[in-house]
Amino acid sequence: MTTELICAGFGGQGVLTIGKFLAKAGMTEGKNVSWLPSYGPEMRGGTANVSTVISDDAIASPIVSFPNILVALNQPSIDKFAPSIRPGGILIYNTNMCPHGCKREDIVQISAPMVDIAKEIGNPMVLNMLAIGVIIGKTRIIKYETMEEDLTSFMKAKNPELLELNLKAIKRGIQIAQG
Amino acid sequence: MAKILMKGNEAVAEAAIRSGCRLYFAYPITPQSELIEYMARMMPKVNGTFLQAESEVAAINMVYGAAGCGKRVMTSSSSPGISLKMEGISYIAGAELPCVIVNVQRGGPGLGDIQPAQGDYFQATKGGGHGDYRLIVMAPGSVQEFADMASEAFELADKYRNPVMILADGMLGQMMEPVEFKPAKTDAEIEELGKQHHSWCIHPNEDGDKKHHNEINSLEIDPLVLEKHVNELYEKYAVIEQKELRYESFNVYDDNEILCVAWGTASRIVKSAINELKAAGKSVGMIRPINVWPYPYEAVAKAIGPKVKKVYVFELNTGQMLDDVKIAVSGKVPVDFWGKVGGIVFTPAEIQAKLEECF
Repeated sequence: MTTELICAGFGGQGVLTIGKFLAKAGMTEGKNVSWLPSYGPEMRGGTANVSTVISDDAIASPIVSFPNILVALNQPSIDKFAPSIRPGGILIYNTNMCPHGCKREDIVQISAPMVDIAKEIGNPMVLNMLAIGVIIGKTRIIKYETMEEDLTSFMKAKNPELLELNLKAIKRGIQIAQG
Repeated sequence: MAKILMKGNEAVAEAAIRSGCRLYFAYPITPQSELIEYMARMMPKVNGTFLQAESEVAAINMVYGAAGCGKRVMTSSSSPGISLKMEGISYIAGAELPCVIVNVQRGGPGLGDIQPAQGDYFQATKGGGHGDYRLIVMAPGSVQEFADMASEAFELADKYRNPVMILADGMLGQMMEPVEFKPAKTDAEIEELGKQHHSWCIHPNEDGDKKHHNEINSLEIDPLVLEKHVNELYEKYAVIEQKELRYESFNVYDDNEILCVAWGTASRIVKSAINELKAAGKSVGMIRPINVWPYPYEAVAKAIGPKVKKVYVFELNTGQMLDDVKIAVSGKVPVDFWGKVGGIVFTPAEIQAKLEECF
């Protein structure tokens, strides 16, 4: 199986990190992965996006034309990428910054006021972890345990408090996905 | 060793250090910045030398000097910076010195932009600097291959006493994929590697024979001497052309109706399109040259199956490897080309559409 994701939003919302942790967890689970960021002047305060592929097979193109999953943290990301989601694919978006949503009916849409929820959890920075939680809860392309393990080895020593908030946000995301 | 998720720029730097590279001279440029940053961070930890030169011209001449001492030395840059290094590269090739040069290509000509491109194929494989010389040019298609090529490039450079270029691009540099590294060479092994070059390189005189010395030079003012030297270089290149051909065959079968030829980043995208077409019952094969000089002409010619109506070349330029494919195909079947320029990378969907038009 091959899952192709695009994560997009404003620079600073942590979209590149969503892709990075998913790719890393996929690698830990023995899958083939690739992570390709947009880079260049458009990242400074503008929009950022990352293509991530997680696959049981060798990965051909790391560039994703038709994603199975789109994470859109702002409206321009929906406008740009939602039309190319594969039919039956998943759109995950942040209603705080996507006032117009998406009109497609042939895809699964999961939305939540992610900015509000992140603040409620205790740190606006965990917004991207909410999105990771939704992906884990809805698709199981990677296991929660793998993500917890990776995050713990990455953050436990450096910032144990933020680690706890991140894990809380991922669990909340899983709840959102499972309705 | 466990796999590590790493950018191509960092992976090639780590692999170079593990291969015994302890000298690195360069000047920063996007999109290869992570490479020079990694070297700045890691070289002091292995008692190596990292030096940010005052310019690309200075950096390549530092490489010239270090290579003349028989040490494993590397430099890296991106397209405009590589152009600046070309004079030095010609000198290094003329003086027959081993070194590794990494080009993480960006859009050109001129300063161009900072997005991935393949516009330096001519420069890398057909010259770039002045005079009759050749670089061995390796074109990675993944982060793992980019890393593996660092050690292979040093081996080839030593074997033939010739500069080797790794021709990557902004996508391979910026992309992260899992990488597995080979064990690092020990200090004793690196010392031994240097000693293997004592017959020709500049080194401290150990036997006390003050009359014996080696010279490093690319100037031969006597035409008869230069003629002999260039002919000897070409004998060496002829051996490389026989022994160092590398390519990948992807989905090449007798029922192929189209044969694609693509290298580096472009080949990854073409592979996706071929997989999609395969699922729809359409047979398309691909040859991916891994070394782009020497070029696998015969492999391209042999891959043209009985049903192939067209050879289709896809590159992120206006058709540079295309010339080599035409030489390989020798008019047997039509050769078509499609590419994107300006640092814009084509998508699998675009390639698929181009290929579908042929059925």
